[in-house]
Amino acid sequence: MPEMSGYSFPNDIHVTWSLMIVMYPYITGFVAGAFIVTSLYHVFGRQEFKPVARLAMATSFCFLAIATMPLLNHLGHPERGVFVVITPNFASAMAGFGLLYSFYLIVLTLEVWFVYRKEIIETARRSRGLKRFVYAALALGTYDTSPEALAIDHKAVRLLCAIGLPSACMLHGYVGFIFGAIKANPWWSTPLMPVIFLLSAAVSGIGLLIVLYQAICKFRRAPIEAPTVTAMARWLWFFLILTATLETLEVIMLAYEKSESWQVVGKLLGGPLSFSFWSLQMILGSLIPFILLFIVVVMNRFLHDRIRNTLTMIASLLLLVQVFSMRWNIVIGGQLLSKSFRGWRGGYTPALFDREGVLVALGLLVLPFVLLFIFNRVLPIYSATAAEEEHDQEPSGPASSEAAPAGGIK
Amino acid sequence: MKDDAIPSQFPVEPGDPTRRNFLKLSSGAVVLFMGGAAVAAGEQTATGAPAEAAAIPPVPVVPVPKPARTEGEALEAYNWEEHRYAYLIDTAKCIGCGSCVRACKKENDVPDEFFRTWVERYLVSAEQSYVDSPNGGLEGFQPAHVAFVPTKAFFVPKMCNHCRETPCIQVCPVGASYRTKEGAILVDGDHCIGCGYCVQACPYGSRFINEHIHTADKCTWCYHRITKGLKPACVSVCPTGTRQFGDMHNETDPVRVAIEHERVTTLQPHHLTEPQCYYLALDKEVR
Ligand code: SF4
Ligand code: SF4
Repeated sequence: MPEMSGYSFPNDIHVTWSLMIVMYPYITGFVAGAFIVTSLYHVFGRQEFKPVARLAMATSFCFLAIATMPLLNHLGHPERGVFVVITPNFASAMAGFGLLYSFYLIVLTLEVWFVYRKEIIETARRSRGLKRFVYAALALGTYDTSPEALAIDHKAVRLLCAIGLPSACMLHGYVGFIFGAIKANPWWSTPLMPVIFLLSAAVSGIGLLIVLYQAICKFRRAPIEAPTVTAMARWLWFFLILTATLETLEVIMLAYEKSESWQVVGKLLGGPLSFSFWSLQMILGSLIPFILLFIVVVMNRFLHDRIRNTLTMIASLLLLVQVFSMRWNIVIGGQLLSKSFRGWRGGYTPALFDREGVLVALGLLVLPFVLLFIFNRVLPIYSATAAEEEHDQEPSGPASSEAAPAGGIK
Repeated sequence: MKDDAIPSQFPVEPGDPTRRNFLKLSSGAVVLFMGGAAVAAGEQTATGAPAEAAAIPPVPVVPVPKPARTEGEALEAYNWEEHRYAYLIDTAKCIGCGSCVRACKKENDVPDEFFRTWVERYLVSAEQSYVDSPNGGLEGFQPAHVAFVPTKAFFVPKMCNHCRETPCIQVCPVGASYRTKEGAILVDGDHCIGCGYCVQACPYGSRFINEHIHTADKCTWCYHRITKGLKPACVSVCPTGTRQFGDMHNETDPVRVAIEHERVTTLQPHHLTEPQCYYLALDKEVR
């Protein structure tokens, strides 16, 4: 029996949505956030993001590939999971998930294909045997690397990205909606929920990319582009401010309104959630990164590259913790309180070896990076050709797409 | 023997429909009376302290009567279009014996620590209130010690409200939660994926994920019984007539008469879920 305070409805002492449901928005947050970064380059033409555009796309793809795993693992009957698509009840906020997910998966896969098409064909031409066969298959039967074809590729990428951005935002904002639309739960039920989820997705996505980008550059012994880090730090700071403001506003509104719900939410924030909300999410996760990024953004000119890199790295790592604790505080926090509004559960500790326990969750976090490693083996994120490709893909104006042939004919 | 089943300190008028039904039901069945199984809480009588006002006198366990007719006969006569059920709880009558909770556990195989129905105890003064439901009221109630002087104390049985505007059906992604023609909210155990969304969406804490079958579980109004013309188990065993089950399609049904003519209310009406479980004499403290 968990430690209980006040009076909870007897069924409310159980935490139905486990650690897996914390992992799910954490993972889709990376999907959406990374995609936002990729779009900043492909759609909005921010050149500073060129060095991370492919990495962001690949990261989004790898996280998306495993996004359904925590959900399926959580279901009482995973084998019936497909019913969500076969017999959807469209009155349910959850029923659209299958459609949204599949749509975004298709868009993202197509985008990856168009971005890599030229390289796939070239690799196929270069290699022999099985490798050649595999890449030829990946090329899907078209071997056209003429300038016109490549120009079309570039247009397709931009179009797909323009479609993908709203879909990624939908996919994640929608997770917020699933919580926000539960009128029974005072800690979830707010129209701010989808917005908060979306903004924190951007935070986690950009944060993760800063970490990944710097780590990969170190590993490849390549220089870390200062403009890229600066630009990412700026955007990260911007999204952090929005997220933290809304998260704080939500609590202040509840407290100031002194509504019925505050009776239990207030107790929760002062009790079982005090560490994960105030210490982790608000101070360590929001205030400190805010200051670190403030330094980077405001005093950028005076900063040595090393210092800038370190500051953004620390801020990003802290923000990854912030976003996780925010997911935890919402998903688990919302279940600690009882709908009697009179009682709450003292806390929740997931088991280590459980089917939905800590180890599985860690596995789920490692898996996308394994996929990323494999992805990079099959479709190199940074390579000599990739560097050229990146130059070819200047999204600003037709002049650059016409420059493509130079790199295309080999 | 049958008369022993209802303790004499809770007189029931001869015309009381609940009692009449109860007797009728048990008449065709073998009623096993577990004389030794007095409720644990019942043995602990109140010592007179005001805080213990809610401690209850001994109440015997009343077994769930077995169906009187054979299944075939009953089902043949049953047409679900002809009924629309409603439930009525007169909290003034509840003595907190927990018979209903026990009956429900047995009748429906409800796993430990989960409840399709439970009983809450309220100790209330003008300034403060205390609420509990030890193990859902399964073993009745021990005397409670509170740091204030309660001026009123009462029990409130709770269960699924079989809402007409249910958030639980609305959120089910696969349509496994549904309403029958008679107004009962059920879960299709063969279709439920066990996502738990409905558990989150119910404002009353009426649902849970059954750990044995891994699907959503909740009060069914004992659908397997009511379709045979029986009352839900909790209603059948309630020794005081607190719990009543009736048919809104029957003009003379006492439940319908009460809902139409008495001042009834529902739980958490601000959620606009239109519960079909009505309460008489509900206090403002109850949510
Ligand atoms: S009480 Fe809860 S489970 Fe029952 S019908 Fe209403 S919302 Fe659904
Ligand atoms: S747990 Fe079952 S009944 Fe409840 S919403 Fe999920 S699929 Fe529907």
